Amino acid sequence: MTLLGTFALWAALLLACWSAAIALLGPWQRRPSLAVAVTRGAYAVCGALLVATAALWQGIFAHDFNIEYVWAYTSRNLPTYYLVAGFWAGQKGSLLFWAVILSIFGALAQALTSSRHKHLLPYVAGVTNLVVAFFVAVMLFGHANPFERMAFTPADGRGLNPQLQNPGMVMHPPMLYLGYISITIPFAFAIAALMARRLDTGWIIAMRKWALASWLFLSIGITLGMWWAYVELGWGGVWAWDPVENAPLLAWLTLTAFLHSVMIQEKRGMLKRWNVSLMIGTFLLSIFGTFITRSGVIASVHSFTQSDIGYFFLALLFVSAVLSFTLLYTRWPMLEAEVQLESLLSRESAFLFNNLALVGIAFSVLWGTLFPILSEAVKGTKITVGPPFFDRVNVPLGLFLLLLTGIGPLIAWRKASAANLRRQFIVPLLSGAVSAAALVAVGLRDFYPLVALSLAGFVLGTVAQEFYRGIRARMSLHGEHMLLALAHLIARNRRRYGGYIVHVGIVIYFVAFTGLAFKVKHETVLLPGAVDTIRSPFGHTYTLTHLGVSQYTRLNRHVSVATLEVRLDGERLGTITSEKRQYVDSFDQPTFEPATEIGLRSTLREDLYVVYAGSPDGTEAARYTIMINPLVTWFWIGCGVLTIGGLITMWPGGPQLRTPRRRVVAQAGYAVPLAGVTE
Amino acid sequence: MKPGAKFAIGALVIVGGVALMITEGIKQTGTYFMTPTQLVDTATADPHFYNLGLKVSAKVVQGSIKRDNEHQRVDFAVSDGHQSFPVVYVGSLAEIPDTFTDANDIDVVVEGKLGREGTFHATSVIAKCGSKYEAAMPKSGKKA
Repeated sequence: MTLLGTFALWAALLLACWSAAIALLGPWQRRPSLAVAVTRGAYAVCGALLVATAALWQGIFAHDFNIEYVWAYTSRNLPTYYLVAGFWAGQKGSLLFWAVILSIFGALAQALTSSRHKHLLPYVAGVTNLVVAFFVAVMLFGHANPFERMAFTPADGRGLNPQLQNPGMVMHPPMLYLGYISITIPFAFAIAALMARRLDTGWIIAMRKWALASWLFLSIGITLGMWWAYVELGWGGVWAWDPVENAPLLAWLTLTAFLHSVMIQEKRGMLKRWNVSLMIGTFLLSIFGTFITRSGVIASVHSFTQSDIGYFFLALLFVSAVLSFTLLYTRWPMLEAEVQLESLLSRESAFLFNNLALVGIAFSVLWGTLFPILSEAVKGTKITVGPPFFDRVNVPLGLFLLLLTGIGPLIAWRKASAANLRRQFIVPLLSGAVSAAALVAVGLRDFYPLVALSLAGFVLGTVAQEFYRGIRARMSLHGEHMLLALAHLIARNRRRYGGYIVHVGIVIYFVAFTGLAFKVKHETVLLPGAVDTIRSPFGHTYTLTHLGVSQYTRLNRHVSVATLEVRLDGERLGTITSEKRQYVDSFDQPTFEPATEIGLRSTLREDLYVVYAGSPDGTEAARYTIMINPLVTWFWIGCGVLTIGGLITMWPGGPQLRTPRRRVVAQAGYAVPLAGVTE
Repeated sequence: MKPGAKFAIGALVIVGGVALMITEGIKQTGTYFMTPTQLVDTATADPHFYNLGLKVSAKVVQGSIKRDNEHQRVDFAVSDGHQSFPVVYVGSLAEIPDTFTDANDIDVVVEGKLGREGTFHATSVIAKCGSKYEAAMPKSGKKA
């Protein structure tokens, strides 16, 4: 099977290079049959990589430890679902994973794109195949072929790192990869539009859902990473501004900016250059993120992989930056804005400020992440910045962004009148003011949390007002029942109301982050029977009794487990356990350093988070770190809300697509009066 | 004034604000990140670096870790091959990660201050777990 796998990789490489060469160097315009061949090339590359994927999984499931990759990341006693995850647990497998997913997306882009955008497709296939070719080339020429065999066959594999043996870690990397990888498709459409000189909004309509999909994948992937860090690393936080965390955030930020600014281009014909640049930038940041995580060039607490493969990515980053921006430069005059900004009080300007804030955050995160390297290059000494730096800069910017989230949907396009402002802002402002007053009344005095939660009230007021008005209009216009009106309202304007639901999700994230400002932490050593108490920021008291430490053995690990009895305000809630685990191979030899398994009791209000930090030599006393983390559950709820909103926005069909003709007329209708205005 | 110009002013305020926050943030929260050799050399040349909060990246000297559970204290030594100095950490042992052992070459980042007596007083110890991943592939196992 390894021979087949390597062969499939070579086949994919040659096919991808061939199809990219025809698509990008251009002979297909004169020969329509070649355009068809390019499209089929995308399918063929996908087929070859699927064969390679099947070959690797076959090796993993057959426990063929002669394959170095299978030996390095799996073992006989590894549960089945972690065998599946073994595919992308290491560098080489994740490269193959990346290539095969990109080729699937490339094939889907060919198959699913409407024939109206046919002129872009060969270029899209060319760009995606070029990127696929890069990944396959790294595997074949960068000593990263996952099918490489060893000279002997070990009896058992080394197994999967215990910190990766977690359901979140099974899903987190593939989700992030899906996000990173799918960015290539909208990028390919942007490049295609530039190459084909078709720079109307066509390319944006063709790739909008791809951009949304990658945004959604990135959001879910980042949140899963937060969840994993929270339950697995035992420090009780969700975000530490580590380079590996910052990397996907960078692409997420610029993609968020892009999703907002394309609306201005669609509605007003402005910001064309900015949008293309943002898309190119997002793609480059996705490659940069891969480079950071794989090269080990920036010191990170959980730098998984350190290898020379980073240089391949650096080269890709450099080459694609030069090529993309050169192409953009040659098409610069064609990207002239159709109209100018009419007023500072307009939705355009709110969106522009939103873009500035998002790009500002992205820049500060990039700067902080790269600062150790920059300072070493310039001054000769490394200077690092940590969470205090990122918090200082990004908390104000994030709150500014939250404010704009409330303003954007309320303010009129082109120029807001005083009447528009009055009509739109009274309810949301009241909602924000009432939130602030209520918080002060219950005794909240901290500045940033107060601002954050009041702004959250303001944004929720905005969204509620939008829904209320939409529903009321439908009820009086069509005589519909309230719930039916709500369903129709969302179904007929998926993008708008799906977007509002996403905004609610983002507000929930902000609230959850605010909660973390009030976490309580407490360390203690308890003898069996000893009691300790901890007070939550909501005023409740947890009483914890140490019941003892016991030991047992599982299939692939030895476990010491410490048990606490939990009482909340005197009422018994049950017990909570936290473990120290020593993973072993099938010969009972320890495989990794001991791992900690936290104890967690989650409620909507707060989490009780218990870490068993070992026992003083040979006793049954236990050393505990106990935390109360307020509102953490809301991160996961926010992610769910955001996902629902994103899916509504992306749901196929809908009135806009079913009546394309009316759409075209409407666009023409925009163009005529606007042209008159600008003269 | 044209709306474009007004927007430009607003944009400048934001860009300027971000730039200011970044530079101030780095000035006030940036910490030096050095190897033991760099730190000892710099501190010898410029005594200002003694008792200055900074981070040191080094390897744990094998067999040097002494844990004192009773006093919540860990003593060990770090080295980069040229320079070596003792480190003392006093504080919660729960904060010390599982991966901090002196069994094999463990990379460690210690944050704290180098005292004039030559001992590093650490406030946090972070062990990197890179060793069990890609980096420490036993080279002999490959295509022997």
